[in-house]
Amino acid sequence: MTEKVLIVDDDKALLNIMSERMRNRGMEVTTTASPVEALQIVETEAFDAIILDLMMPEMGGIEAFQRIKERNPELQIIFLTGHPSVSTGVDAMKLGAVDFIPKPVDLNELTEKIKQAKVSRAILVEKQEQARLKKALIDKSR
Amino acid sequence: MATGSNEAELSGIQFFGKMSASISHEIKNVLAVINENAGLLEDICFMADRGKPIDTPRLKKIAGDVKDQVRRADRIVTAMSRFAHSPDELCTTTDLCELTALLGLLAMRFAAIRGVAIQTLAPSAPVLVTTFPFWLLNMLWICLDCAMTAAGPGKTIEMVAEKTTEGGLLRFRKLEPANAASVACIALDRLSALPRMLNATIAADSTKTELVVWLPHGPPAE
Repeated sequence: MTEKVLIVDDDKALLNIMSERMRNRGMEVTTTASPVEALQIVETEAFDAIILDLMMPEMGGIEAFQRIKERNPELQIIFLTGHPSVSTGVDAMKLGAVDFIPKPVDLNELTEKIKQAKVSRAILVEKQEQARLKKALIDKSR
Repeated sequence: MATGSNEAELSGIQFFGKMSASISHEIKNVLAVINENAGLLEDICFMADRGKPIDTPRLKKIAGDVKDQVRRADRIVTAMSRFAHSPDELCTTTDLCELTALLGLLAMRFAAIRGVAIQTLAPSAPVLVTTFPFWLLNMLWICLDCAMTAAGPGKTIEMVAEKTTEGGLLRFRKLEPANAASVACIALDRLSALPRMLNATIAADSTKTELVVWLPHGPPAE
């Protein structure tokens, strides 16, 4: 099964080339340069992983991350940044990001992270489903 | 770079760090795009080795994209070089228009993050002032930073340099109506010792939509 990925970065040149290479690797890729539009996209579509730039106009990556997680806690988010600082990466991981990848990106490394994110998301969705079924059975038995 | 003022020196170090971090971020973005283009070339070679015909127009497009990024990097590095050399001469005669254009380049990413556009409008003749160019840039950056927080409905800040009988001035135009006075207060608070050091006067204009920095032609008191 192909990995379904959303990339959010205000650098359109990077968006175009990254998405082309990821599609060549068999992934299904959606892109947007706007974090606000990204919030709308995740309302209607599910993704195995979201690649989110940390610094963007309209809304910073951290704020976008928090708003996405509020509504879709199972979504797996990988931060991308041109800010070569370990502390920023640590902050992102503390918030619950899957990983933090500095630019320039190693696409092989990113592909691995996306595959791991897909597995993590599947486990989370399965757990959520089991919890939902369990609750339904408890409710029914009352 | 002794200025005789600890506050000004601290402000200068912070300014230098902020601009350097922003420039490094910009260069990282350019490298990321060039790196992806190189990766795409590798992908194309890999597929060609397995019999897929090479798409020549695609290769031309990649070459064009790399050239675009090299031009982008050149603009960034040229601005960085001018900025890095600004403290070379502590006090010198400088063109306010050129300094303003450099400020516009340095501030571009900060403006984009806030959704603000910066326009630099220069007169035909240079506006020469004898000053500390690095500290003047520092002071003008703080003024621009404050002005951007109060950009009017068009979300554009215009920077306009003008010659005066005493020296020169720089206008930060198109602020939210009636906000210029409070922007001036905030700027003065943040600027601390810089206006005194540069003999500069900062105030809102009579229309209350502009923040204006007046500079004397002569050298500031050392």
